[in-house]
Amino acid sequence: MKKLLLLGLMFSITLFASGTIEGEIEKQPLNMSAIIMFLIFVGGTLVITYWAAKRTKTASDFYTAGGGITGFQNGMAIAGDYMSAASFLGISGLVYLAGYDGLIYSIGFLVGWPVILFLVSERLRNLGKYTFADVAAYRLKQAPIRTLAAFGSIATVILYLIAQMVGAGKLIQLLFGLPYELAVVLVGTLMILYVTFGGMLATTWVQIIKAILLLAGATFMALAVLAQFDFSFNDMFAKAIEVHDKGELIMAPGGLVGDPISAISLGIALMFGTAGLPHILMRFFTVSDAKEARKSVFYATGFIGYFYILTFIIGFGAIIMVLNNPEYLDVAKQLISGGSPILGGKNMAAIHLSHAVGGNFFLGFISAVAFATILAVVSGLTLAGASAISHDLYANVLHKGGEVDEAKEMRVSKIATVVLGIVAIFLGIAFEQQNIAFVVGLAFAIAASANFPVLFLSMFWSKLTTRGAVIGGSLGLATAILLVILGPIVWVDIFGFQDAIFPYKYPALFSVTVAFSSICFFSITDKSETAQKEIEAFEAQDIRSQTGIGAEGASSH
Amino acid sequence: MTQEDIQRIKNNPKYNELISKRSKFAWTLSIIMLVVYYTFIMTIAFSPETLGTKIGDGVITLGIPVGIAIIFISFILAGIYVKRANGEFDTLTQEIKDEFNDGKV
Repeated sequence: MKKLLLLGLMFSITLFASGTIEGEIEKQPLNMSAIIMFLIFVGGTLVITYWAAKRTKTASDFYTAGGGITGFQNGMAIAGDYMSAASFLGISGLVYLAGYDGLIYSIGFLVGWPVILFLVSERLRNLGKYTFADVAAYRLKQAPIRTLAAFGSIATVILYLIAQMVGAGKLIQLLFGLPYELAVVLVGTLMILYVTFGGMLATTWVQIIKAILLLAGATFMALAVLAQFDFSFNDMFAKAIEVHDKGELIMAPGGLVGDPISAISLGIALMFGTAGLPHILMRFFTVSDAKEARKSVFYATGFIGYFYILTFIIGFGAIIMVLNNPEYLDVAKQLISGGSPILGGKNMAAIHLSHAVGGNFFLGFISAVAFATILAVVSGLTLAGASAISHDLYANVLHKGGEVDEAKEMRVSKIATVVLGIVAIFLGIAFEQQNIAFVVGLAFAIAASANFPVLFLSMFWSKLTTRGAVIGGSLGLATAILLVILGPIVWVDIFGFQDAIFPYKYPALFSVTVAFSSICFFSITDKSETAQKEIEAFEAQDIRSQTGIGAEGASSH
Repeated sequence: MTQEDIQRIKNNPKYNELISKRSKFAWTLSIIMLVVYYTFIMTIAFSPETLGTKIGDGVITLGIPVGIAIIFISFILAGIYVKRANGEFDTLTQEIKDEFNDGKV
């Protein structure tokens, strides 16, 4: 059945690419404008990479752009990291499919930010250097804590990468009629180039430029949709209700988070997960001090919140203008599965809407922006994953810190980038048929259950010991992964079993509880001498985290 | 940081003032955010039809303004914290640092 669907999809893409004679004439210039804008963006970012490569000499440059990014720039870049393809395409696709449920996701993604600002942002900046493991391992044993943090980081990064890669593949496939696999390889290759040569400086600027383009494009789309209804939200919603098969149900919470456990679990995953994403945490080390760190979260919250309001409008716009529009109907797929599927699946709703409101030229622009988004996000992710491998595992675990020279550590980081890129390409191909918003949900579950509890308790709880952190963090990680495998997404959708052993899609409620309670239990019962020393070391750490006394000054660029 | 340094900072009343004021402020704001969010999530979990209630004469349901309001609340709370932290708290922190570096208290 899956093969049949795949065949149908490929067939439909061929149809889309060749089309009727009329279609041919209409589609041709569209492809050209998209291609040209792609090329301009890729060319521009390669120039930035070249510029950044000349300025990236030390490990600090490579990992954190030398700490010389301003609060505003970093806020833009954080927003850029967050406004990923999964957010833009996935959430607008979710709104398109289910209406209000999309907004529930958006809010969950956003509300973690203020809490990060209030509780962790300045402590992170005052304690950390390159990775969040620097903070978690500050007064604990380096090797076990960093190993755990690195595994948590890599697992999160890889899952998130899958989501981005799938988005990239589908997008390019739709636009150019290129094979999915080729598209994924292209993204992987460009990303490897940005990160290995330009490090954090290139990654940050690619992120900033893309954030500006995406916000501008999404604003235009939302305004174009609203303008049709003379800026009356009521008229817009009324029209959407009229055309959607779910009717009025799209205006209320629906089946996506049906039972209470799922709703709470999703909430926990999104909120705590944000505070455990390695590529986001790493951004706090790119600014000079706590003041700039705070400013960056404030700006990021504003940009992200605004963006989610836009995606909500865009999703409704797609219901009105894309759904039931024969131009975007996937005829081949409809023959097989019925209904009114759109070309490329529901995650392409925003892309089709851009064509509906702005014609071929704007479709080209939005496609180029979406492509840029994916490139920027995968670069940030890969950099975070590579840092976990080189800074945590290689320099601090394998070589116990200190004895490794920076050049060697950077070389390992670059090799890790290439390896992660290749892994991302393979997984991107393997996960083609999965819903990308859910894959991100899984990444959040792991971030919330393994990374966040250890990081949070290391800063707030004096009695945390290495034993507690390692056992509890590992149990959190294992529980999250196990429950995901036994849950409906993997057990039923991928393995093809009839019923899931674990009935919920979002394991965070259970795995976060397991993590926190076992960390506490194994810390309190740890009566060893080293545990005593670790507890005593909390005071000094706390003073530094509160005041920044002793924190490394950042160099300016 | 030596034991003596730790004692010097801890004996500085300004340090204690900073810690207690900031932690109270940060936790209060966090709790407000958590309460707002989890009230929303619990409503979805236990009474989704509440958010589906129509308001006014049109088709707009209660869930829409509530959702948008949560987005605004997040941003406003972040702004409130940054304003006070970058002003009052940072001034205090700087004074503590200066006094520490000058070898006073």
